[in-house]
Amino acid sequence: MTVFEKPKSLTDAPLHYCPGCTHGIIHRLVAQAIDTLGIEGKTIGVAPVGCAVMAYDYFACDMVEAAHGRAPAVATGIKRALPENIVFTYQGDGDLASIGMAETVHAATRNENITVIFVNNAIYGMTGGQMAPTSLPGQVTQTSPYGRDVATVGYPIRVSEMLAALDAPAYIQRVAVNNVKHVKEAEKAILKAFRNQVEGRGFSLIEVISSCPTNWGMTPEAALRWVEEKMIPYYPLGVYKDQTEEGTR
Amino acid sequence: MAKVTFATDLCKGCGLCVTACPRGIITLSREKINQKGHSPAEVTDGSKCIGCAFCATMCPDCVITVEK
Repeated sequence: MTVFEKPKSLTDAPLHYCPGCTHGIIHRLVAQAIDTLGIEGKTIGVAPVGCAVMAYDYFACDMVEAAHGRAPAVATGIKRALPENIVFTYQGDGDLASIGMAETVHAATRNENITVIFVNNAIYGMTGGQMAPTSLPGQVTQTSPYGRDVATVGYPIRVSEMLAALDAPAYIQRVAVNNVKHVKEAEKAILKAFRNQVEGRGFSLIEVISSCPTNWGMTPEAALRWVEEKMIPYYPLGVYKDQTEEGTR
Repeated sequence: MAKVTFATDLCKGCGLCVTACPRGIITLSREKINQKGHSPAEVTDGSKCIGCAFCATMCPDCVITVEK
């Protein structure tokens, strides 16, 4: 009996991500959710700009590549034109929390019936490790070589908490993928986010705390420890909004 | 009996499976080098495997298949 194999909603293309990058785990969790719900044939994904820009090569469903940060707007259009299809976006923190903040907030406040997978690794990965809106105070990056100085560049944005302050969104949860227990929780959260859309409950966003060993300048194992010791205390895991029970919408 | 198989040429040698394995039976190969030039992960003593799939759960590249 097979206990674990690659989900069918992932293609056979080898992932281009750096060794130890947890994007691969999150891709797999999304594909598992699609497999579990049996929606591969009618799912449409929207890829971001960032490290996951080539996600369209990896998911075995239809994919659209959006302009930087505009994935929730593109997903809104697709979902409204094709309401029977399941539409998800897969975005990083540089994409969703920076240039795409307006699209994200407005899609959430309209309670668009889409699923957003938000990968937060506190840095711009693809462009070489610049400071992101989610970089931690004091975090050393290419553009904050003395550490993020909150007096001049402000504080990190906690996207889940911020969106949970809106009245509309159906489901907001923050998870991590730094150990087996957290991966299992993330698997459930992502499945719930897709199920919410199948059941027509509205906007679901899952923020996944991820790692970037290359740009953090750490080994993959040390990067996962850094997630546990530094990122999770600043970005506490948990469900921030849940209006998915029958009749609460 | 549990059995793990590695798609060796997809492995990037990140070692996340090595730390995830509760039995400590996965190592990065000291002898082999795969197509990508990485030292791939391998099982040292397959008879100790309990088929928990922790290694596959943490593998970012879907390298590992677990059977029981």
